Amino acid sequence: MNNCLLDIRDVSRSFGGVHAVRAVYSSVTEGMIKAVIGPNGAGKTTLFNLIAGTLAPHSGQVHFRGRPITGCKSHTIAGLGIARTFQTTKLFGHMTVLENVMVGRHPRTRAGFLAGMLNLPWTWREEREIRSRAMALLEEFDLAVIAEERACNLSFGQQRMVEFARALATEPALLLLDEPAAGLNIYETKALSERILKIRDRGVTCLVVEHDMSLVMNISDEVLVLDQGQKIAEGPPRAIQRNPDVIRIYLGEDHAANSES
Amino acid sequence: MPLRRYAPVMCAAAMVVLIQVALSTTGNPYYMTQITMSAFYAMVVVGLCLLMGYAGQASLGHAGFFAIGGYVSAVLCTVNLLPYRDAAVLSALRSLGLLHIWKDIYGAEILSFVPWAAFVAVLILAAVIALLIGLPVIRLKGHYMAMATLGFGLIVYRIVIGTPLFGQADGISNVPPFPVGFGLQINGRAAFRVENYYIAWAVLLGMMVLSIHLVHSRIGRALRSIHENEEAAHSLGIDTYRYKLATFVLSAVFAAIGGAMMTHYNGSIGPSEATVMKSVRYVVIVAVGGMANLWGAMLMGVVLNFLSLRGVFGTFDDAVFAIILIVIMLYAPDGLLRMPPIHKWKTLLTRRSRE
Amino acid sequence: MDQSSQIVQYILSGLSNGAIYALIGFGFAIIYNATGIINFAQGEFLIVGAMTAVSLARVVPLPVAIALAVLITALLGGLVELIFIRRVREASVLRLIVITIGISIVMREAMLHIWDEKVRALPFFTGTDVSTISILGAHISPQALWVLGVCAVIVTGLTLFYRYTLMGRAMRACADDRMAARLCGINARWMVTLSFMLSAGIGAMAGCVISPLTQTQYDMGAPLAIKGFTVAILGGLGNSFAAVAAGLLLGLLEAFTVSQFASAYKEAVSIVVLLLILVFRPSGLFTRSDIGNLRAH
Repeated sequence: MNNCLLDIRDVSRSFGGVHAVRAVYSSVTEGMIKAVIGPNGAGKTTLFNLIAGTLAPHSGQVHFRGRPITGCKSHTIAGLGIARTFQTTKLFGHMTVLENVMVGRHPRTRAGFLAGMLNLPWTWREEREIRSRAMALLEEFDLAVIAEERACNLSFGQQRMVEFARALATEPALLLLDEPAAGLNIYETKALSERILKIRDRGVTCLVVEHDMSLVMNISDEVLVLDQGQKIAEGPPRAIQRNPDVIRIYLGEDHAANSES
Repeated sequence: MPLRRYAPVMCAAAMVVLIQVALSTTGNPYYMTQITMSAFYAMVVVGLCLLMGYAGQASLGHAGFFAIGGYVSAVLCTVNLLPYRDAAVLSALRSLGLLHIWKDIYGAEILSFVPWAAFVAVLILAAVIALLIGLPVIRLKGHYMAMATLGFGLIVYRIVIGTPLFGQADGISNVPPFPVGFGLQINGRAAFRVENYYIAWAVLLGMMVLSIHLVHSRIGRALRSIHENEEAAHSLGIDTYRYKLATFVLSAVFAAIGGAMMTHYNGSIGPSEATVMKSVRYVVIVAVGGMANLWGAMLMGVVLNFLSLRGVFGTFDDAVFAIILIVIMLYAPDGLLRMPPIHKWKTLLTRRSRE
Repeated sequence: MDQSSQIVQYILSGLSNGAIYALIGFGFAIIYNATGIINFAQGEFLIVGAMTAVSLARVVPLPVAIALAVLITALLGGLVELIFIRRVREASVLRLIVITIGISIVMREAMLHIWDEKVRALPFFTGTDVSTISILGAHISPQALWVLGVCAVIVTGLTLFYRYTLMGRAMRACADDRMAARLCGINARWMVTLSFMLSAGIGAMAGCVISPLTQTQYDMGAPLAIKGFTVAILGGLGNSFAAVAAGLLLGLLEAFTVSQFASAYKEAVSIVVLLLILVFRPSGLFTRSDIGNLRAH
């Protein structure tokens, strides 16, 4: 396993009697874009929540950079270098766009409760740095003009981008994107795919849950297919497209039989 | 930017001086006594505003912390250790200068802690108790946290009422003045009225400055983000539990400082300071001030407590607070100062001044 | 009196107090299940009920006075919902807490001005304050049996009401899923009003039946509410038999404390239990732990 960034070993989680994720093995190599696909209710978001620490797995292990992170709190995991976006964007609505991204600098800065209260001089420098870094990210995302706008006033597509920038502000090694293209129009989706590729080129590994197949097939280096909580297939996009099990899930038994014959 | 942050503090300080001058020259200096006491109560409110408005946690037990501050300093400053003067611990404490002998108003000699030592003990004790209470309670969601803190407040009240050391229903009186240094002392006698008016305001505005710094710092931003969306805040590496807990402890310490100063000022403290109704009052004031509005909370804390101390509301005192509370919550949940008509005025004014 | 009869005495007084706590706990659970609100004014309903009954009992026979008091308190409960709660159903938890607290204080202060601070009591339902019944060598007031009886009747009645009447089922449906209930033609808003009335009515009944034993004063609501809330949480906010069990348990615990320590600590017992339960088993004693969602994370 070369440069294995994230290693998911035999992870399971159930809700009541429903197995949301069952005995999933997978790994993410550094520098790649990996997509997680599957029908509704396949356990994709649950898998994300298990990685990000929002949920704890009932069994199995998650390793990040060779360190076990199973059962860690989500803020600890964020500090270690895993950032995420949400299926429905979760911006801080009453804060400005700039402030949203500034909050993202939290795990990489250190002014504490007392230092902030006493307004110690060294925190001024840190505060300036937080501001300039956040502003630079906004410029990169072409969001600088709306920096002082309240986040709740933004369009849907803009909110997605701000959430993106906010996640990147934490300087993650791994970025989890939960359906980034949901609700975006075709142009915005195209811009998004370019954006994801650019992020990958900066050295941030991406794990993407996505329904938009053309986006998945265009940008990802590897695809993981889940159905009813279980891994069905894993491999490069071309191979996945021809995998009979995957076709069966998406198109039904007949098509699978056709493609095999 | 930072200068603009201090402008309201300067304005408030100027107002404080103006009010003092006005009251002294018009021959109504006794109003200052009530303003001073209101300022002590407002200290609780400022801390609670940080907790409710910024960390989003309701506490119905802050009168408990006020009472802890008051009672602990009262006990340490009045309990007579003279019979045990030869004990090794006491002589050690005496040689450290933590104990002193003084004469109460009847001329009896009393060996007790010096007010400064008591004050430091209050700070530590309030912080430790808040930490112990907060560790489990902060994890609870809205209603349950409110109920749990209400329970804490009731326990403090019961302890105060039931323990002879705390004077039971009578409370503790004969608490000596508190020499704070620079020749100043917290003392309720008429001769010290102006001096104490300024001491109270200096401490209150100091707390305001600290709170404003906090709100605008990295931690303040994190606290606000917790309030907006806790899950997203988590995903950005913010340890929400820790910051909420820290805010809880800070607000408890502010409340205890208010309680301790008030006790030295009045020379006494009674169980009425520990009632649930007092806790509710503080919550009312924060709500009226606009939850996440430090200046609103401070202003309302001083004004409403002043009116209440003046007896403006008569026997309807508690009822008035409750009605204000309900009306505000129904019609102006963002506080009196952000009510639509007033807010319109404010924005008009600020726009004018900017142009 | 020998040792064993004294124990019986404590147990019986504990049980009768516990029954009242269970009834208050029901009041919390009914409103919570219908609205998700913890009604901090729950204790005040008891006192309003008892005070009204005391006043009415001077002009009409006792049973009529109690019935009227229950009715009036229920109407008051409905009114509280109509005037205050309905306007802020979608408000934040913080706002709802603050509003119900405000209501509780207004009610308390109103009682202070209507009935002053004097301690009052309803007459004993049967016999007088000196009449006793001997059970296993212990002497207890017949009123304690009344308390237990009324509690049993209300629990049974509530269970039957929720299980077999159309209205009870509609209320359960609303608690389960408001939207779905509305689609079935249930008027969810009236169900909320009704739950406030039911909760206030039960509270008033509890207030009346306990009044001869403990007497009634305008500011006794808050401590009773804390105990009722403790019971409601212990019972998992819903399950009615669990609430009864929790109520009786708390009553016994208090009785035991009074027998061993100074009675000043009696009040502290329920608060300590509450804090412990909130910390360690927020979903209640008699429920599976994964149901509870009280914790923030």
